[in-house]
Amino acid sequence: MTVSSSTLAPAPARDGEDPARMRRRPFPRPGNSSIAIGATILGTITLIALAAPWLGLADPYDSNLAIRHVPPVWDSVGSWQHPLGTDHLGRDYLSRLVYGARISLLVGMVVTVMAGCIGTTLGVLAGYFGGRIEAAIDFVITVRLAMPLVLIALAVVNVVGSSLEIVILVLGLLLWERFAVVARSTTQQIRSQEYVAAARAVGCSTPRIILLEILPNIYGPLIVVATLEIAHAILLEAALSFLGLGVPAPLPSWGLMIAEGKDVMYFSPWVITIPGAALFVLILSINLLGDGLRDLNAIEGRN
Amino acid sequence: MLEFLLRRVVLALAVAFAVSIIAFSLLRLSGDLAQELAGANATALDVQLLREAYGLDRPLWAQYLQWAGQVLRGDLGRSVFFDEPVADLLAARLPVTMRLGAFALVLALVVAIPLGILAAMRPGTWVDRIALGTALVGQAMPTFWFALLLIVVFGVKLRWLPVSGNDSWRHFILPAVTLAYFAMPALMRLTRAGMLEVMSADYIRTARAKGLRPSSIILKHALRNAIIPVVSVAAVQLGFMLGGSIVVESIFALHGVGYLGWISVQRADFPVVQAIVLVLSLVFVMLTLLADLLNAKLDPRMRGSRR
Amino acid sequence: MVLRAEGLNVHIPTVHGALWPVRNVDLSIAPGETLGIVGESGCGKSLTSLALMGLLPVRARRHADVLEIAGNDLLQLEEKQMSNLRGDTVAMIFQDPMTSLNPAYTVGEQLTEVLRRHTGASRRQALGRAAELLDRVGIDASRQRLAMYPYELSGGLRQRVMIAMALMCEPQLLIADEPTTALDVTIQLQILDLLVSLQEEFGMALLIITHDFGVVARIANNVAVMYAGEVVEHGPVGRVLSDPLHPYTRGLLSCIPVSGVHTRGRLLPTIPGQVSPVFRGADGCGFRNRCNRVFDACESGEVPTRFMGDGRSVRCLLYEVAQGAAS
Repeated sequence: MTVSSSTLAPAPARDGEDPARMRRRPFPRPGNSSIAIGATILGTITLIALAAPWLGLADPYDSNLAIRHVPPVWDSVGSWQHPLGTDHLGRDYLSRLVYGARISLLVGMVVTVMAGCIGTTLGVLAGYFGGRIEAAIDFVITVRLAMPLVLIALAVVNVVGSSLEIVILVLGLLLWERFAVVARSTTQQIRSQEYVAAARAVGCSTPRIILLEILPNIYGPLIVVATLEIAHAILLEAALSFLGLGVPAPLPSWGLMIAEGKDVMYFSPWVITIPGAALFVLILSINLLGDGLRDLNAIEGRN
Repeated sequence: MLEFLLRRVVLALAVAFAVSIIAFSLLRLSGDLAQELAGANATALDVQLLREAYGLDRPLWAQYLQWAGQVLRGDLGRSVFFDEPVADLLAARLPVTMRLGAFALVLALVVAIPLGILAAMRPGTWVDRIALGTALVGQAMPTFWFALLLIVVFGVKLRWLPVSGNDSWRHFILPAVTLAYFAMPALMRLTRAGMLEVMSADYIRTARAKGLRPSSIILKHALRNAIIPVVSVAAVQLGFMLGGSIVVESIFALHGVGYLGWISVQRADFPVVQAIVLVLSLVFVMLTLLADLLNAKLDPRMRGSRR
Repeated sequence: MVLRAEGLNVHIPTVHGALWPVRNVDLSIAPGETLGIVGESGCGKSLTSLALMGLLPVRARRHADVLEIAGNDLLQLEEKQMSNLRGDTVAMIFQDPMTSLNPAYTVGEQLTEVLRRHTGASRRQALGRAAELLDRVGIDASRQRLAMYPYELSGGLRQRVMIAMALMCEPQLLIADEPTTALDVTIQLQILDLLVSLQEEFGMALLIITHDFGVVARIANNVAVMYAGEVVEHGPVGRVLSDPLHPYTRGLLSCIPVSGVHTRGRLLPTIPGQVSPVFRGADGCGFRNRCNRVFDACESGEVPTRFMGDGRSVRCLLYEVAQGAAS
């Protein structure tokens, strides 16, 4: 079958001028590469953080006022003794950076687990039982959303006193709303499926249904929410610490390090750029991972 | 319609008061407010006097009822530190925060919407990747760090913009950019997703078959439908911005509500903190109501269901 | 000729090779005439109409030897010029009236914008014309309807609005892609008759695409039967229906249940097999897997179009003269 040698349909005058003639180039599936990149970076950071005590780093709390604000190794004055320089108390920055990762990751994980439990419970209850229970939980969610989060967290920490545990507790008790919303909507979807009706017809008790039928089917979207909430928690802890009411000195929280370096940021910009960049890279990797998981979830959800 | 509005307003009030109860209780239960007020060097007697003076020794519910009663009568209390009515303090600072929030939202939308449209028109091309990349970077950037970077670059190195205070509109630029940078990604992605979905709708095919110009098809027909969720999310984002402006305001020394809240928390000036929590939560719920109303107004299908 | 298409092809590059959903289609319509394209789902009839309008999906490409509408050589036109023609010289209405109108704008707005886009008409003038046309297509209370939103109208009314919209600029060619398929049976006849009367009044050519022979029988002058991307038979409606040449046409027509003939207890006739997607290297007759008259020569080579006189043509080796049969 031959095609008559004829003029091809005219190409558009300017690409994209008319939506009817959009050009599209093949798009590598975002899901796969995002997950790969995100997981790799996150994994690397986690490994380094976990291995910190054995990496031969300086003591992050060891202050030596004689060597305050030594620039990093790429500066003319810097040396490999302190590859990333020192802070205002002469503590090794590289070491504080690595130990700071432990704090961020710890906060992120624990807060997310706590908030996840609270939020999922509320969401599943609301989605499964509907009616008044749902209305009540809905009200609670709205109340939580309406709260100026940072202000309240600050206030609590101020009165109780700041410590790593308090920060984790406060954030863990406050960051559950997205879990609740997603858990509720997915539970509602699952609940209307036939196999739930079948389980009830057979006489399964409610807790059994929830555990065996509902939970296994909603954990996909919840994992996505969890990854994004880890990032959220880390950012919030950093903000609180930056404001002075988060993780207290001398702990090497990255937010706190930025706050401590704020005064000299004009002369020694690395003091804030290094921990800031670390935060940025960590959050970026988590978000990439979360986006990739979300795309994966969407594709599987469609099948 | 009126009944709907009334119900939502009542809900708003209920939520605001629920939030205020929580804040009220947290402030008093998490530690000794009187001790905080008195400071480290105060004697036990000083603390006790303070406690009585502010009624902190009475039962929690009694304190709350008294406060709530005052609020309903329009009295938001008196600042411990400024020795002024809280209402006056808020009246002076709320406009600054609102201005900042509005400015930031407008900036975010001005960037997000065109970028989202462009990305949707050319999915998979470098324009799309830049847009999505910008969104990714925006969401990963800690707000306070970005603010500091902006200060170093624009305020100090380039000396283009002021970095402290709120005397002129120029003082709002860097803070607004900081806030906008965080809100922009979500709005852009929403616009992009909405446009992608709408552009494959049948009525767009009809519009093309009518020979309408591309600008008309994209802006008049497609955007009008795609923008609906963006509008309501934007309203809610404004609410988040108002609540989260503490960091930005304190870095840039903008004398808004956030900054007031921040210094009041540090000084345990609890009447101010309580009032701010109440006001902010009320504003937030009102904004969600506004979002729903806009949604109903813009979405012709919702109009249909009420016929 | 209002429409003249020769050697129209559409191809879509895919990962597995190129698909040719429309192959070597020739079409022509004179002013005032109606051509019906009949075929089952997936035969390429909708893509053909989209190709004529230049509204193919993103990855599809169009090729043709000749493609003219009302004297305009479409192959030479830039997109901008093509959009000038759409809605003005050639108009199209689609299958699903429920989703083909923008829910956010009133009927009046969607009607007037076509006229104002192609002419310098003012809003008042355009609204006046829109009201006239709504009357003409059988919609009552036209002035009030102009202010209504699509969700306020029924399916039949919406399709009438679509027709009015297509006629705003008095096109010379109207393409109707399954205009009645989504409507109630009672409304279908009304819409068809409306199209015919409008055609007479406006003197336009009508290209109607359908899977229903009944529609074609009712309103078309000529019919083109499509199968797997090709026009397998073409001719005046009466002749083709009474004396179908191509085995596919014959099969299609015999599938139509006839009371008295197809009584209880007897199997309804069908055409065995399924349509398969056609790739570039496809060779031979596309229908051979389902044909009851297939023979060896059908397996390979090109099947040319044979003109049978009386304005009829058919693409089937049964009608090839023995010498010079498909190589």
